[in-house]
Amino acid sequence: MAAIDVEKVKNDFPIFDIKVGGKPLVYLDSAATSQKPRKVINAISKYYKRYNANIHRGVYKIAEQATEEYIKSKKKVAKLVNADSGENLVYTRNTTESINMVSYTWAEQNVGSGDHILVTDMEHHSNIVPWQMLAKRKGAILDYISLNNEHSELDEESIETQLAKNPKLLAITHCSNVLGTIVDVKSITRKAHQTGAKVLVDGAQSVPHMPVDIADIGCDFLAFSGHKMLGPTGIGVLYAKHDILEESQPFLGGGDMIKTVERQDFTPNDVPWKFEAGTPNIEGGIALGVAVDYLRKIGMGSIREHEKMLTRYALEKLSGIDKVNLFGLPVERIESRGGVVPFAINGIHPHDVATIFDSEGIAIRAGHHCAMPLVVEILKEPALSRISFYLYNNERDVDAAVAAINKAKSIFKIQ
Amino acid sequence: MDLYAEEIVSHYEHPHNKGKPRDANTNYHEYNPLCGDDITIYLKIEGGIVKSASFDGTGCAISVGSASMLTDLLKGKKVGDVEKMGPKDIIGMLGIDPGPTRLKCATLSLKATQKAIFVYEKKDASSVSKDL
Ligand SMILES: Cc1ncc(COP(=O)(O)O)c(C=O)c1O
Repeated sequence: MAAIDVEKVKNDFPIFDIKVGGKPLVYLDSAATSQKPRKVINAISKYYKRYNANIHRGVYKIAEQATEEYIKSKKKVAKLVNADSGENLVYTRNTTESINMVSYTWAEQNVGSGDHILVTDMEHHSNIVPWQMLAKRKGAILDYISLNNEHSELDEESIETQLAKNPKLLAITHCSNVLGTIVDVKSITRKAHQTGAKVLVDGAQSVPHMPVDIADIGCDFLAFSGHKMLGPTGIGVLYAKHDILEESQPFLGGGDMIKTVERQDFTPNDVPWKFEAGTPNIEGGIALGVAVDYLRKIGMGSIREHEKMLTRYALEKLSGIDKVNLFGLPVERIESRGGVVPFAINGIHPHDVATIFDSEGIAIRAGHHCAMPLVVEILKEPALSRISFYLYNNERDVDAAVAAINKAKSIFKIQ
Repeated sequence: MDLYAEEIVSHYEHPHNKGKPRDANTNYHEYNPLCGDDITIYLKIEGGIVKSASFDGTGCAISVGSASMLTDLLKGKKVGDVEKMGPKDIIGMLGIDPGPTRLKCATLSLKATQKAIFVYEKKDASSVSKDL
């Protein structure tokens, strides 16, 4: 596995040419959204400049080209996550829409009154609220797998107890966007399948950052977002097993999702087009394919190793600073930790921390990270600051963060 | 950075007018989901004048610092003048524009103050300026 040449990678990303208040941009918020390489940006304008046409319907050259590029992109994504074919991938707007699509199709048909739906205490709002809405529609019960005493990973006993309730669905994150904890989704999927549950994996923080193999995990659904993996906003992916896609009712109705329409009825289109009603985000789909090319060229294994190295470095540096609290698994458990480093400085509000970072040209996130049950109810913090990494970060970025923490401490006179 | 000038930080560390007073005749609680800032403003209004002002709660330095400075500023002001205050006055009070996101933290206490006045006057609290 080749080490990543960060300087070379940075040159591929035009945003690193900018200055923030006279300082070079240090971007440590890739868990929120990633930056985009020039190739991806160019793919979008190339579509508009050279072959802008609607897909699936034109018989002319540029329409055929657009259709072909769009379908090619799905093949690339399928290869990235080892889905058997692009036909099992539905393009959506983002992870959130992918999860909602499952809740309004398969789950709408298969979850009924008194049924259990199982999530975990580490979920993003997008893997909580759709299930709360479903539970309300159906009179179903929403259960949570709780965290261990250290609030760093799922509690093994709770996994067993909750699965014993025979949930219809387990909806679980692969990697927590707050703690960075990587869940062993393969083993938990196997356990859930034994109880008859279907399994939805939220791959928003895993697919962009590490090798993800759907066939190996064995999950029924996988949701992720293009914008967190070098692609543009407005394009997301839902993988589902072929028979589930075949058996599920469509979500939105309209053009492209049908084969034929009569005055009183319609015949749905083949999978996956049955789930893509109306003109899709064509340039987004195409550009996502280009993003995947870029990622595969670097190698997902290399990206994971690079982020592990940075996370270890950051945990070691930050744990040496007085009054800094770290959350999540300890550095010895780096194998189960993604490139996410949440922290709090005693006596300084995380938003003040983020604003002081900004004054140094460093972008970090502060807030509840769309995971209020975890941050507010469990960790009992009003908010957290979070550093997150990607392939364009290096140790110098961590050093800059450390300097900014020290600056914050000195402004607030904290020793 | 100027936003964290000595004055704001010192108000944050040693806030003025902090606590729940016994003689207040109106109050209002505001929450800013962005930062999790949680501020309640207490006012004693007499003859159209703010006689005393205090606040309670927790939050970032910008929200707590401005609540401390604002409650200093409110004392002796005409209620009608307080109702007319807006983001510009808060920026003037702080001496710096905290930027669009953090301005919400800075104006939280003014929003609570105006709503407390509206409650006192039995006006609709939702008619507080949308700019805040
Ligand atoms: C774990 C996780 N799930 C879901 C999402 C939602 O992604 P999107 O906003 O792209 O739908 C995010 C984004 O922050 C995330 O980190």
